[in-house]
Amino acid sequence: MQREGYVPPTAGGVARPPVYGDTPRQTAMKYLCADCGKSVTLNKGDPIRCKECGFRILYKERTKRMVQFEAR
Amino acid sequence: MAPTQEELERRRIVRVEAERVLDVTSTDFPGHYPGEDHAWDLGEFRKRSKVQLHKANDLDYEFDLIGVDASVANAFRRILIAEVPTLAIETVFVHNNTSIVQDEVLAQRLGLVPLRGDKKGFQHLRWRKKNTEEPAAEATDFNTVVMALKVACTRNHAAPPTETDPSKLYFNSSVYARDIKFTPQGRQPHWFAGAGEIRAVNPDILLAKLRPGQEIDLEMHCVLGIGQDHAKFSPVATASYRLLPSIKIKQPITGEDAEKFVGCFPSGVAEVQTDKRTGEKKAVVVNPRKDTVSREVLRHDEFKGKVELGRVRDHFIFSVESTGMYNSDELFLQAVQILKKKCIDFQEKLLES
Repeated sequence: MQREGYVPPTAGGVARPPVYGDTPRQTAMKYLCADCGKSVTLNKGDPIRCKECGFRILYKERTKRMVQFEAR
Repeated sequence: MAPTQEELERRRIVRVEAERVLDVTSTDFPGHYPGEDHAWDLGEFRKRSKVQLHKANDLDYEFDLIGVDASVANAFRRILIAEVPTLAIETVFVHNNTSIVQDEVLAQRLGLVPLRGDKKGFQHLRWRKKNTEEPAAEATDFNTVVMALKVACTRNHAAPPTETDPSKLYFNSSVYARDIKFTPQGRQPHWFAGAGEIRAVNPDILLAKLRPGQEIDLEMHCVLGIGQDHAKFSPVATASYRLLPSIKIKQPITGEDAEKFVGCFPSGVAEVQTDKRTGEKKAVVVNPRKDTVSREVLRHDEFKGKVELGRVRDHFIFSVESTGMYNSDELFLQAVQILKKKCIDFQEKLLES
């Protein structure tokens, strides 16, 4: 049974009504290669693969958000 | 009937025997000796109490506090450790930390770094209250000092390929306390100008190690606090006292025994003196201050009944070792001030009720 609101991608590229979140946002994300340590920029749909060494495990970068700690 | 001088001297000694310690408590209080008045008297206290300086370095101070009760000496010691306010890093705002040291561990390490700066400038600083709705809880230039630490490690391409030392192979491979930079706020540039800027006392404290690509970027808020709250606020590495040892030779120790007697003590405590006329060797105590009261003499039968070990009950050898924000001598004076203020507060409370 299909969940409500979920539209599975169709191989033929048949037109479907636009859904929220469909609009192409800034999708480039930076990752770190688990093997060579280089920074990898991936776009949506790119294969998860390091462009330098071809390793298939990538790490997310640490958040740039400020985190507060007590020095105790 | 007034006690003899000899008796008074005897009362000052805590006796140390081979396996027990006797006469531990002081007896100079009213009602202990019949017919003697031991009521506390300011004039008498002034006459008896003395302070003698022995070692005076900036961070290491040793002096004798003579003629005060253990309770007073102990009050000073406790105030020094727990109640003299100092500045320390209290909150750490981590923007980025990709080093192997976890954020909370790094924050704790940073908190323990002793800070120093212009001493007059510190007089402008006030307490910052925590978890209150009052305006005092807000961070202002009067209660908060901002410091920043921003270090990134990079590869040194000029290093020879055979190099194995990380400090030459990379830039900023180690983060030290000297990398913590003062960021003056509001009026603070005037209070902590030039050489008086707030910085780590010991610039060589290693905080973290980095490798190329790793970076630490954080901001720290320092506040005034006391050692009671957290040991990082304690202004002393240690403040302690010991009682002056006393060694009394009851019968002369001569000849071979004299050499053995001297050997029972740390060097400098006792020495052998030779009589110029008779050529007889005799042991004399030169400096009981250096003794550790190891009681080694009491283990040997030849000294039985000839020597008495003890400590002088009201002679405190006080040692104050500062962490660097204040000099040791200033610290003791501050402790006296704090005790004085407490007494005044107590007196006011008494008079109110």
